[in-house]
Amino acid sequence: MGAYILRRLISAIPVLLGITVIVFAIMEMIPGDPATAILGSYATPENVEKLNRELGLDKPAVQRYFIWLGNMLTGDFGQSYALNRPVLDEVLERFGATLILAGVAFVLCSGLGVLAGVVSAARQYGPADRAITFVVLLGISIPSFFLGMMMILLFAVKLRWLPVSGMYAIYGGGDLQDLLRHLVMPASALAVVATGVIARLSRGAMLEVLRQDFIRTARAKGVPERRVIQGHALRAAMVGIIPVLGIQAGFVLSGAVYIEMVFQWPGVGRMLVDAILKRDILLVQGGVVFVAACYVLFNIVVDVAQSLLDPRIKT
Amino acid sequence: MRLFAGLLARNRLALVGAVVLAAVAVLALLVPVLPVRAPNVTDTAARYLRPLSEGHLLGTDHLGRDLLSRLLWGTRLSLAVGFAAAVIAAVIGAALGIVAGYFGGRTDNLIMRGVDMLMAFPYILLALAIVAALGPGLLNALIAVAAVNVPFFARNIRGITVGIANREFVDAARLAGMGHWRIIWSEILPNVVPVIVIAMSTTIGWMILETAGLSFLGLGSQPPQADLGSMLGEARAALITAPHTSVVPGVMILIIVMSINLLGDGVRDALDPRLRSGALSRPMAATRVARDTVPEPQGDGILTLQALETQFHVGGRVYRAVNKVSLSVHPGECLGIIGESGSGKSVTALSVMGLVASPPGVITGGAARYRGDDLIGAPYETLRSLRGDRIAYIFQDPLATLHPLYRVGDQLAEAIRVHHPLGRAEAWARAVALLHSVRIPNPESRAKAYPHEMSGGMRQRVGIAMALANDPDVIIADEPTTALDVTVQAQILSLLDELRRARGLAIIFITHDFGVVAQLCDRVAVMYAGRIVEEGPTGVLLESPAHPYTRRLIDCVPELGAGRRRLAAIPGLPPAVDQLPPGCAFAPRCGRKQPACEAGEIGLEGSGARRVRCLYPEVEEP
Ligand code: SF4
Repeated sequence: MGAYILRRLISAIPVLLGITVIVFAIMEMIPGDPATAILGSYATPENVEKLNRELGLDKPAVQRYFIWLGNMLTGDFGQSYALNRPVLDEVLERFGATLILAGVAFVLCSGLGVLAGVVSAARQYGPADRAITFVVLLGISIPSFFLGMMMILLFAVKLRWLPVSGMYAIYGGGDLQDLLRHLVMPASALAVVATGVIARLSRGAMLEVLRQDFIRTARAKGVPERRVIQGHALRAAMVGIIPVLGIQAGFVLSGAVYIEMVFQWPGVGRMLVDAILKRDILLVQGGVVFVAACYVLFNIVVDVAQSLLDPRIKT
Repeated sequence: MRLFAGLLARNRLALVGAVVLAAVAVLALLVPVLPVRAPNVTDTAARYLRPLSEGHLLGTDHLGRDLLSRLLWGTRLSLAVGFAAAVIAAVIGAALGIVAGYFGGRTDNLIMRGVDMLMAFPYILLALAIVAALGPGLLNALIAVAAVNVPFFARNIRGITVGIANREFVDAARLAGMGHWRIIWSEILPNVVPVIVIAMSTTIGWMILETAGLSFLGLGSQPPQADLGSMLGEARAALITAPHTSVVPGVMILIIVMSINLLGDGVRDALDPRLRSGALSRPMAATRVARDTVPEPQGDGILTLQALETQFHVGGRVYRAVNKVSLSVHPGECLGIIGESGSGKSVTALSVMGLVASPPGVITGGAARYRGDDLIGAPYETLRSLRGDRIAYIFQDPLATLHPLYRVGDQLAEAIRVHHPLGRAEAWARAVALLHSVRIPNPESRAKAYPHEMSGGMRQRVGIAMALANDPDVIIADEPTTALDVTVQAQILSLLDELRRARGLAIIFITHDFGVVAQLCDRVAVMYAGRIVEEGPTGVLLESPAHPYTRRLIDCVPELGAGRRRLAAIPGLPPAVDQLPPGCAFAPRCGRKQPACEAGEIGLEGSGARRVRCLYPEVEEP
């Protein structure tokens, strides 16, 4: 198992490099030169040239890529000009907030999604299945940001159950309970779409498995139906469901950007949008690379989980 | 197109989706000529008017602009952008996929590596990066959304293309000297276009959501022009004071995306052959029973089937898989049921314990009595407590019938524990002992193996051990040796034979192999088209078969008791059991057929243990 994890980690290296190449290439598409963007259009040509030299922008692209990559490996993601602080510091701080939001949403959508899928499959064409199917359809059709806004109207403004936005109360907050109260709405709004997708695919995976011969064997042994569904069938269906969870984790992580905007959550997504609007390119670059790298590593965890579940996978 | 129309007629929800979507699309197309106000005329005196205000059906926004007009124009824009993004992504993705799939090798490798790289990004993050580079704006948002969806199309289309590129007609075109691009154009493209269209229809809703999302973030359409997303984004500041400005565009997005999804689901369902054949419906815990009368108890066998009838109801058709089958087996006895595949022998066996998948299976008549008690229609808990405990099954192909993710020891232990309150360790010890009793070497370590780690013969022994786990009274073995080679087969048969002599087990042995029957069974029943056509003691039946079908079956066995036995072909095919001819079902293939054979029902006649369903049997006095 240890060797397997190591092999997967090594095989992630080219992917990570590919990510940096893609991000670098995309940023090369920017029209005009960054120094002008930073200094504004009234800057003198001498100043622009000086800054270009300071930023190393007079060198050829390939050389600049390797300098950038080398710096990142030593933990230097550059300096955000708009915030005037190191990119990595800012990203780490913001990523923590996003991780809390996306992590809770991911737990919600995996748990609820698989549960709904299993119930739906076990009661196929029954009232529960129809109800779940309808709610799922609604869930995958509603934009998460619109749902978030409607939640604010209902639960924060009308019913006054929950705070409107933010991560902590401005006065007197800061403890775990405060955080949880602030988390309820954004985490659920973020989880809805993924829950729907996971529920659909889980239902399909369960129905497929329930037709298999080994389910008939379990029934022929006299295994109670409840255990046939929750044990034998679900276990086999998980082999198909886990990769879907991995993909959905990516959607939750990046979809957090909408929710962070709606709920003023101080996460990395909102940071990116602000940085894009302010054309703070180094911050965008660093943020995207960092989040994408985390996602690649998370996918290794998914693969390992899969190999633990399915003994047929060679480790 | 006909398919499409038929689909809509069948699937009401998809129809609703199509109608709503068409209505929205027509409105969006007609906005320029509709009598609505100009979308960008501001009127600060009339800010935030509520819906149903005079002159403003849906009210006004923060600049006093008419919301109805903005909604319609915004819908137009959102639909156009979503559709354009889908087309661009589909075209580029399909092009990459076709090139990768058709040329294969290094081209394929290079393209697919790139695609995989793009897929390593969390989806929206990549779109953000692209917008960051190109700058905010609707066109750039469109490009970003299209770009992040290219990998999805490239992957799907590549898969399809690889399949097509290896087919004969493509080889033929290549041999005929056609150039690559002409082959792609004339042979490949026509075959992948339907797939592209379907993939597009399922992703277009998603693209509309995504572009709306970027606009919502302020990265898409820029003021004063507005699509649905940026309308929502602008309205967010006044969410609490003027919620209608948010609700109006939000609900519109919901309506559009939901109708697209409904329609897309309908299309997908209609094209999925598994859904139509019922292969995706969940089999119930026990076969459905729908019978009018219950036959009176009869006979003294430990397990007795009385005029059992099992049918498959698929669509409007009824397949009579088991047609009034009566059988009986006594303790210590082995009864063989023989027939070609599709003769109903397996369904007969599965019906006993309600294991026929339902839907589509239904037991429509007869009884199956274990020690006199009817199992058909018995409460689930009664059935369950007998399954595997008193009446156990051995199935064909244990690679498919054993759970692939559980260790065989656990599967055995479970078979015991569902019927007896036993501790884990104790059940495990019993499982190991069972493996030992079916002569698996090193049972302690083999118990820890997964099914895929064992050989076919070993797996089959596990299947037998599982059937023996609770010392049952009856074992129903459904072709348990078919997949095995002759030596292993012989070992397993002698094992079963020994067990029934030692434990007084009753065995129903289902097979298509007379060699096996001769070796193991006391009595044999021959099935054809869901019915028993002949029954009798093994020796007599093999010596002098009375039914022409039995005779044919025996003639087809090359040498009894040696070599690999397979039923050689009998001319003709067994009849489809949904359209049985009147009279003898074997008549179309029978050499002794007379006009009377096809006139009416023929009974299973005979004296004592020997019975035959034939008007002109091979032997005079069976
Ligand atoms: S009843 Fe007639 S057709 Fe049928 S098997 Fe006998 S002889 Fe042949």
